[in-house]
Amino acid sequence: MKRHPTWKEFPLGCVVTTPGSAVLFETGDWRSFYPRTDEDKCIACGVCWVFCPDNSRRKVPRKVKRPGAMYADYFDFNFKYCKGCGICAAECPSCAITMIEEREK
Amino acid sequence: MTEPKRIAMEVSIAISEAVRQCDADVISAYPITPQTHVVEHLAEIAAQGHLDCEFISVESEHSALSACIGSSAVGARTFTATASQGLALMVEIMYIASALRMPIVMAVANRALSAPINIWCDHSDAMLARDTGWIQYFVENGQEAYDMTLCSFRIAEDNRVMLPITLNFDGFTVSHVVESLVMLTDEQVREFLPPFAPLYRLDPKNPVSMGPVGIPEIYTEARKAHDEAILASRAVIDEVWADFGKRFGRHYQAVEHYRTEGAQTLLVGMGGLTESMRGAVDSLRDKGKKVGLIRLRLFRPFPHEDLRKALGDAGTVIVFDRCLSTGGPGGPVASEIRSALYNLPKRPAIVSFIGALGGRDVRTSQFAELIERSEAIAASGSIPDYEMVGVRE
Repeated sequence: MKRHPTWKEFPLGCVVTTPGSAVLFETGDWRSFYPRTDEDKCIACGVCWVFCPDNSRRKVPRKVKRPGAMYADYFDFNFKYCKGCGICAAECPSCAITMIEEREK
Repeated sequence: MTEPKRIAMEVSIAISEAVRQCDADVISAYPITPQTHVVEHLAEIAAQGHLDCEFISVESEHSALSACIGSSAVGARTFTATASQGLALMVEIMYIASALRMPIVMAVANRALSAPINIWCDHSDAMLARDTGWIQYFVENGQEAYDMTLCSFRIAEDNRVMLPITLNFDGFTVSHVVESLVMLTDEQVREFLPPFAPLYRLDPKNPVSMGPVGIPEIYTEARKAHDEAILASRAVIDEVWADFGKRFGRHYQAVEHYRTEGAQTLLVGMGGLTESMRGAVDSLRDKGKKVGLIRLRLFRPFPHEDLRKALGDAGTVIVFDRCLSTGGPGGPVASEIRSALYNLPKRPAIVSFIGALGGRDVRTSQFAELIERSEAIAASGSIPDYEMVGVRE
């Protein structure tokens, strides 16, 4: 179990003095649906990567063969932060992303 | 020392002058009756170059207080003022200002809440903001309004406090009255009020985040820390008022006693009407009645212990509220006093009167009648939860 601070340990007004510390807050455990990519449908346009509100769609420096293009970027998910909001699935122009319930993983 | 010069000044103007002497850095406010003269005069002072400050004009009170949080967060001494509906619009942001520990000072010219629309005084607006986590006090007259403005910045910005303050003064009957008062020199104010030095400020060179999310594992402790902070502010409030008294000869306490020696019946009031209540106590004392007045100056943090000491031995306590908790247990002050005294082994009978709503006059003679009638009510053994006085049946 993670130990949370007592009320006496709070800095004034809950101010956060470590810049960029949001990275420590792993929002992935909120997820009840996870996004699954059908690699055959993905055209590697990057719309999911642009729209992801948590930067958990990642552009990976690896070129793979895609329909309509010889080589393109490859995208994966960082499940430490993906909340399963489904924006990537809703925005995907080629319907390559499907939201699947976690328990069916 | 030469006798300080006594001048005549409208109370709203006196508050503005106090803000100028405190050298406020940022003022953001939206005009609303009966507070308008405060910001109007401050806008004039700023425009004439008598105060080096940023005067931010906004489109609403919600924005005014939001701007104040921003300026307080960078370490600027910040002032605002409002009343009634304006305060109601600010309430959402008031909770944030106090929880983020922004020492904003706000003057509230107390006014009734709509509907029916009414611009005159009662304390409904202040009571709406009762649980926002701000320090709240109620002044009686112009001198006190001026003095408390000076004290407010020092209390709020004290690093042991770091909480916003509302300074409540009755709309019109205090705010618009020209009173005789004594002002301090700018030099005296500078000596009394140190520069604002916050523990944290928004600064790109040393980045911090203010206002993060409080998940269920955090929120309760955050509220506990806030509660402890406002309770602990009491010691600093007393310290600053004592220092003010020592320096300038005007002494202020959280709970004020007037002719309470041996009093069987005590009247409790808040705000400007306590001056009329004093008159009622005087006239009854002249007739040999053992009555006195307890004036509540500090409302948040609520001075439980002082009130237990002040009221615990009385036979009857009469609380006069200028606010109706609609469908509730009585006047807000009365119900808090009831709960403060409830666990005493022997407690006085408590009679709750609600009146002077929306600017309705209650005269000295009427207060005297209420005191006399309360003794009969208390003796009857059947005390109503509350009574609205002066209602036409």
